[in-house]
Amino acid sequence: MVKSKFSNLLMLIKRDKYLLLMFLPIFLYYFVFMYLPMPGILIAFQDFIPGKGLFGGEWVGLKWFVQFAESRYFWRLLRNTFLLAFYPLLFGFSIPILFAICVVEIKNRTFKRFAQTITYLPHFISTVVIAGMIINFLSPTDGIVNTLIAKLGMEKINFMMEPGWFRTIFTSSDIWQSFGFSSIIYIAAIMSIDPEIYDSGKIDGVNKFQELWHLTLPSIKPTIVILLLLSLGGVMNVGFEKVYLLYNGATYETADVLSTYVYRMGIEGQNFGIATAIGLFNSLITFLLVFSANWLTRRATNMSLW
Amino acid sequence: MRKSMTDRTYYGLVYLITILAVVVTLYPFIYVISISLSSVSSIDKQLVTLFPVEFTLEGYKMVLQYPEIWTSYYNTIWYTVVGTTLNIFATCLAAFPLSRARFFLRRKLNFFIAFTMYFSGGLIPLYMLITTLGLYNSRWVMVLPVLVITFNVMICRSAFESIPNEIFESASLDGAHDITMLFRIAVPIVKPTLAVLTLYYAVFHWNNFFSALLYLGKQDLQPLQIFLRRVLIMASPEIMQKMGGGTATSALAISTLQVRYVSIVVSILPIIMFYPFIQRYFVKGITLGAVKG
Repeated sequence: MVKSKFSNLLMLIKRDKYLLLMFLPIFLYYFVFMYLPMPGILIAFQDFIPGKGLFGGEWVGLKWFVQFAESRYFWRLLRNTFLLAFYPLLFGFSIPILFAICVVEIKNRTFKRFAQTITYLPHFISTVVIAGMIINFLSPTDGIVNTLIAKLGMEKINFMMEPGWFRTIFTSSDIWQSFGFSSIIYIAAIMSIDPEIYDSGKIDGVNKFQELWHLTLPSIKPTIVILLLLSLGGVMNVGFEKVYLLYNGATYETADVLSTYVYRMGIEGQNFGIATAIGLFNSLITFLLVFSANWLTRRATNMSLW
Repeated sequence: MRKSMTDRTYYGLVYLITILAVVVTLYPFIYVISISLSSVSSIDKQLVTLFPVEFTLEGYKMVLQYPEIWTSYYNTIWYTVVGTTLNIFATCLAAFPLSRARFFLRRKLNFFIAFTMYFSGGLIPLYMLITTLGLYNSRWVMVLPVLVITFNVMICRSAFESIPNEIFESASLDGAHDITMLFRIAVPIVKPTLAVLTLYYAVFHWNNFFSALLYLGKQDLQPLQIFLRRVLIMASPEIMQKMGGGTATSALAISTLQVRYVSIVVSILPIIMFYPFIQRYFVKGITLGAVKG
């Protein structure tokens, strides 16, 4: 029996040898760069000594997790991470929908195309350039915003040094950068609505506002629900780069998030144990949220994204 | 048929919102470009609000004199070209076996790659692995750790799956094996999808800042994004002085403002130039990702 199973496998390998050969480099890539780091998570439970290898340090159990939970930064990091992901969702979620509704109504084809081309553009600009533009526009010495404020006879504001401004700047620039590109999926959804439902609406004499409320929005509701649930899944997963490029010591109070803290502790401070522990904590929360969002989506729409 | 008052209000709002969106998006870019093309004295007097005042290319001359921008530009092009080429090749190699229904490891390997979308070792373990492998301060660190992006492999896999099986069957009768089938038959058919993925990968490499921040300490290997961060965000005085050359100290602050804005334009120019032509592919890519049930 064992032998026939083995020869069966050999036969399969022989039949699919070229497919196996093709996948071999990919397998090696995933093995080295995705799976090989995974045991490194054990560092979170050790007093890791660089150079002594993965099992060279003393096992300390949950020491780093406890130390992090008791540190005075714990709640601050949790709150900042949540808010910097949640505010763009709260204030920005409806904007791509509104924009998509408007763009599809534009009759002039050239202008329609132009509006789409322009508003998608910021999505492809690097975070460094976006952050650089923000910092330079808001600069108290030569930024255009402060020049304007001074011209209006008000006092200049040192935006990037004020903790009170960070979330506003982060959220509004995030919406500015992403609303156009996010609208693509809604435009596609609106374009795929069966035109017949509008014909019946016209016979009933509905005006454009009623048409929007009673015909268009209900038709794209599934798309809206899926995207909303998916973004809720990402609500503890704020991008590292933009925070890292925009924050500074003066604004840690409102700007420091889990990923930037891990970077400072681990890469800059070489405290590998606690940094790995916090990173693991962050990915566990993210995983849990994504998983529940996916589950909810499946429940709500009878289909899953993956 | 005349439109009612309400409908006209509706269309008025539609155009108003669209125009507002365009202006808000476009203005920062126009302002940056105008500053980069204006004379230092008019910038100093704060005369530039929309269009360039006293048009000049002095700012560009100053920035392009600086050797570091050429080095980092070259590096970014290297990372983008080599990276994207490898990405597309590897994405095809990954996606094709996973799309073949008869492949006996198909389900297992699909799970093998999909698992990494949900779970990873995290920043510190990856950092330590890369250092151990000796990739720190090596050009290949910008390319090898992102040989493929799993989500893109899945897009490519769906494209291969949508090819009718009869095409492969008849090729198989003619004696073609899987490697020939991939490159002679499958790749030409999914060219539009590969175009989209090429663009996604290329933009990723052009904008990649994080890998360079972590793994490239050597200045002559650093890409444009690291250079930009120094000029725009850390506003390193030594760079500013080198670039500003022999200008008087009072003019220095203003000319560095121009240097910063010129650097932005120079770095996003390739994207702005190619982007309008490839925009329709991006849109296609999004819908590709969305419908792949």
